[in-house]
Amino acid sequence: MIEITALTKRYGDVMAVNHLSLTVQEGQLLVLLGGSGSGKTTTLKMINRLLTPTTGSVCIDGQDTSTITPYVLRRNIGYVFQQVGLFPHMTVAENVGVTLSLLGWNQDRIDSRVDELLELVELQDSGIKIRYPNELSGGQQQRVGVARALSSGPSILLLDEPFGSLDPLTRRRLQDSLVKIRHELKLTVVFVTHDMVEALLLGDQIAVLEHGELVQVGTPHELLTSPATDYVRDLMSTPRQQAKVVDKLLATEVFEDKK
Amino acid sequence: MSEHFALLPEYLIAHIQLTLLALLLSTGISIPLGILATRSLWLERVALGLAGIVQTVPSLALLAIMVPILAGLELPSIGFLPAIIGLTLYGVLPVLRNTVIGISSVDPALKEAAQGVGMTPWQQLVRVELPLAMPVIVAGIRTATVWIVGVATLSTPVGATSLGNYIFSGLQIRNYQLVLLGCVSAALLALSLDALVRTAEVGLRRRRRLPLVLASLALVLLYSMTALSFAVSRFDNQKPPIVVGAKTFTEQYILSEIISGLIEQETGRSTRVIQSLGSMVAFDAITSGEIDLYVDYSGTIWVNEMNRSHDRSSRDEMLVQVEQYLKSTHGLTMAARLGFENAYTLAVRAEDANRLDLQNISDLTVHAPSLTIGGDYEFFARPEWTVARDVYDLRFADLRTMDSTLMYQAVAQHNVDVVSAFSSDGRIASYDLVALNDDLGAIPPYDALLLASRRLTEEEPLVVKAISQLHEQISIDRMRNMNLQVDASGETPTTVANQFLRRLKE
Repeated sequence: MIEITALTKRYGDVMAVNHLSLTVQEGQLLVLLGGSGSGKTTTLKMINRLLTPTTGSVCIDGQDTSTITPYVLRRNIGYVFQQVGLFPHMTVAENVGVTLSLLGWNQDRIDSRVDELLELVELQDSGIKIRYPNELSGGQQQRVGVARALSSGPSILLLDEPFGSLDPLTRRRLQDSLVKIRHELKLTVVFVTHDMVEALLLGDQIAVLEHGELVQVGTPHELLTSPATDYVRDLMSTPRQQAKVVDKLLATEVFEDKK
Repeated sequence: MSEHFALLPEYLIAHIQLTLLALLLSTGISIPLGILATRSLWLERVALGLAGIVQTVPSLALLAIMVPILAGLELPSIGFLPAIIGLTLYGVLPVLRNTVIGISSVDPALKEAAQGVGMTPWQQLVRVELPLAMPVIVAGIRTATVWIVGVATLSTPVGATSLGNYIFSGLQIRNYQLVLLGCVSAALLALSLDALVRTAEVGLRRRRRLPLVLASLALVLLYSMTALSFAVSRFDNQKPPIVVGAKTFTEQYILSEIISGLIEQETGRSTRVIQSLGSMVAFDAITSGEIDLYVDYSGTIWVNEMNRSHDRSSRDEMLVQVEQYLKSTHGLTMAARLGFENAYTLAVRAEDANRLDLQNISDLTVHAPSLTIGGDYEFFARPEWTVARDVYDLRFADLRTMDSTLMYQAVAQHNVDVVSAFSSDGRIASYDLVALNDDLGAIPPYDALLLASRRLTEEEPLVVKAISQLHEQISIDRMRNMNLQVDASGETPTTVANQFLRRLKE
């Protein structure tokens, strides 16, 4: 369980995150949704202390994260980066096993764990382990990123717009994989995105952020049926409007076929 | 030429040793410093600024300045140490700059990813930042390698053996094949070391064991070989060799060979000749005991060491005072007065001397405004020149500085009309020049004196006795002849010295 209490990050006069409180239950997937500059990534980075909060606290399973050495904390929380962040001078296997080697595992144990992880993210292609990141497709790279984040067997996974730069079909497949994996491993997940459809598809809970403040948090159904503000209503109407456009196009096409 | 080739292994090994040690030291300083600099903007500015300043100092001056600094610290100021310090400083900038650039240009997203996977700051550095910066850092090391190999040729004047010995002595005795030999071997060495470093880096980056192992092995082997040969040369004979110094001109090369030959003949002691020392370096070296013997000139000591340029004393009176000064101030002995004088003088073409009726320097006064004078690097900065200029009221149309080997040619070919000349130089006659008399006595006498260090005087009476045989044995004509044999006939200083020693025995 992640408990975020009155979390604030200030850069000079700018409040990047302002007094934010949220709880993510065990095994739940929370989406942090908002436009650019809404403070969603800043919030995520404060959970594993890539950024240090100005004030406020983050507790994981009851323990205040500020009492844990940051690198020890990070080894036990999976993190998937927006720009993938694979190390270009390491092979796929080395990238996936990097946290394990930091934890002092021996090479045999790392090797078998890496095999397990690659199977989990559906990258069983035989030669892939010895390839370098620049030899992989975008989708493959992000699968490696997810495998790396899960290597130490964390119970918490943080993802920062992980599928933003992928083509729609690949994104779809990775979203499916993520859903499967998080149920299989019973992960507690915080997922940052600005994509409404992605938020609705993946989230158990969605927290909408605007200008560093929490606007509304609830299930997709709650947000769709009773938006708290105009901003949330506008946001929620986008996918429906898009769906209408698609329906209309389909209808026209059927009509034209008949003619 | 074959006797020059015989020296190649010695010069090459010494050169490699200087280069590799300097490279090792400058890399060892620069990489940690560069890493720290990326953590502190203040340190980055200070370190890069200082390294940049060092780089703007001309390399020869950087090496030469180490001599008085080390002497002031009472450390060995001649030979290996000043060279290695100068070269190390010279190699710092490229490696330092590339380390800073290499590390600070690592993608911030990757640094964050390194944190994100749970690396400590040290692990981030070792596992991510350094490997990613490595190609840039190695490029800096390669630049430093090439620079250091080049600059190491300039360690000859501070007394360290290198391929520069070929270049300096070749320029001096105008043997351009020798100069070329020095340049080409240095260039080949630079290319080979550069290729080795590159191979090691490629191996490291592509993780091919073979090139990495081979290149590292070659570097280690090269280094241990040179270190071993150095150690052997240090320890193989119980008694240290007698060290004879020579300044950077032909006469000094010949005299140093005569002295060392005589010592070996008479006492069986081994000797070592350090060639091409700068004028001031040689005196510092004998007072600190790093060389045992060398020939200097009374006027040089009078002017440079005793600062008496404006006193005019008789030749004998001056010799007495110089001897006393050397003994009481520096503990040096005048082991022999060789019997000739090598004074600064002014020389003109014989045709001009006839046409303008020039015999004495005072005859130049009226003609000077229509004449151009050439001098070696030191001359116009020396008090002999300022005193002579004022005493004779010489106002030349133009002053030109050039290498002393080119001066005589320059005046013979009408590039200049008057040159500063050395009275014992055989080329005055061979180029059909006339040396003018110092009729007003503005320039002090320059008797050639064989100086012996305190250690030699106290501990090696046999050696002192052997060299005292040279007293009054070299007349000005004989010296001019020997100089001419090297400068004009292309004999080596060693051959000429051996001829002299054979005749001395007869």
